[in-house]
Amino acid sequence: MKKSEVPQDQSSLKDKNLKEICYAIDDDGKFTTELSSGWDVKTTIQENNLNHLNEIVQEAKLKVQKGEASPVEYFMELNRMDWKLLADYMGKWVWQIKRHRNPKVFKNLSESTLKKYAETFNISVQELTTFTGN
Amino acid sequence: MRATFTHHQTAHCENGVASNLLRNQGLELNEPMVFGIGSGLFFVYLPFLKINHAPAVSYRPLPGQIFNRLANRLGIKIKRIKFSNKRKAQEVLEENLRNNIPTGLQVGVYHLSYFPDEYRFHFNAHNLVVFGKENGNFLISDPVMETTTLLTEEELERVRFAKGALAPKGQLYYPIYIPQNIDLAPAIKKAIKKTCNDMLAPVPIIGVRGIRMVGRAILKWPKKHGVKKANHYLGQIVRMQEEIGTGGGGFRFIYAAFLQQAAEILNNKQLEELSLEMMKIGDLWRDFAVNASRVYKQRSNQENVYEALSAELIHIADLEEAFFKKLKKAI
Repeated sequence: MKKSEVPQDQSSLKDKNLKEICYAIDDDGKFTTELSSGWDVKTTIQENNLNHLNEIVQEAKLKVQKGEASPVEYFMELNRMDWKLLADYMGKWVWQIKRHRNPKVFKNLSESTLKKYAETFNISVQELTTFTGN
Repeated sequence: MRATFTHHQTAHCENGVASNLLRNQGLELNEPMVFGIGSGLFFVYLPFLKINHAPAVSYRPLPGQIFNRLANRLGIKIKRIKFSNKRKAQEVLEENLRNNIPTGLQVGVYHLSYFPDEYRFHFNAHNLVVFGKENGNFLISDPVMETTTLLTEEELERVRFAKGALAPKGQLYYPIYIPQNIDLAPAIKKAIKKTCNDMLAPVPIIGVRGIRMVGRAILKWPKKHGVKKANHYLGQIVRMQEEIGTGGGGFRFIYAAFLQQAAEILNNKQLEELSLEMMKIGDLWRDFAVNASRVYKQRSNQENVYEALSAELIHIADLEEAFFKKLKKAI
């Protein structure tokens, strides 16, 4: 890649006032660095990635709505976590956490467990327990 | 309090922290040198490990290895400390700052609020330097940022104690000994050999064989998982190649820059040519990213698209196999 070819497209980096470094050669064939404001190719792929993750979040939301899953599953997906990671944050086993996606089990969770979930998801206990998916 | 420290922006976080911490102590090593001597170029495909709902792929070795290898090869000593106690973790950091020691930290990316949403995932091998504390805020030098920034005590604690794979456990590190006279030449040779051996490793998921395995897998994804998932999987490959501070082309351009500097230090003309060859391979990785991004727009001829992408990747693997064999001989 030549220095002049380093892409300078619009991207999400701009909102945060960021630019990233690319390595490229100058006219004498020597390597140097150049700041890039973004690359359309990357933006397309990132957008698709976020859309895909968002669809998974929406599916989880629908499951909560239908009473097929507890809010734990929804907030887990919203926070881009998986069962293993959530179990790590909760200091429990994966099978224990997976039980909590059953709405009936979720209803009987202790106050301290709910508090830990709320902290992990960075929300209040009330937001967690009153989430209905609507 | 504020330790003496100059922030330089780099493409990749681990190279950047290593380079910035060493420069701070008078050892001028730029990012490509750190990356090259640390044998940073790598490839591994872990189809059974799902990250962010897609198979894991990495263009670099395990976190910490670049700096560790660099240190070993140059006789530098690094102190690393992990913590189980969060209070203690902060106290030791503050003690360092009082002693004028800018300190490297391993952190999780997800809760770093200064990154755009697109970049925030539960990836725990990010690196940054803390070089002071003023008005209750820590002064942060994140090498992938243009300027320094601030984090509150709570924010820093949260990222230092992120959970999951490669959990940082509050790890901090800093060089405690740098030899007076450093001879780069033998370290460079050793490092290049290691990279060649890694990339040519007789293991199906590593190096050029790993790249080929991904190439073959791309063909199967649409039939096995449907177009949507296949595209998501493909996106992950490209994101790892371009997003996480690789300097473009899955670190190929940084490595090419390293070879160019190595050519001068070792007085080896062939390395200069190989540097340009590496750059051209990097360009092909960029082309691969361009073509991969088109699958989201194209509706027809999907199968052909995957076939073309698969062939493209396998072609890159062939070129790299030839390249690393040549490089090994040139040293």
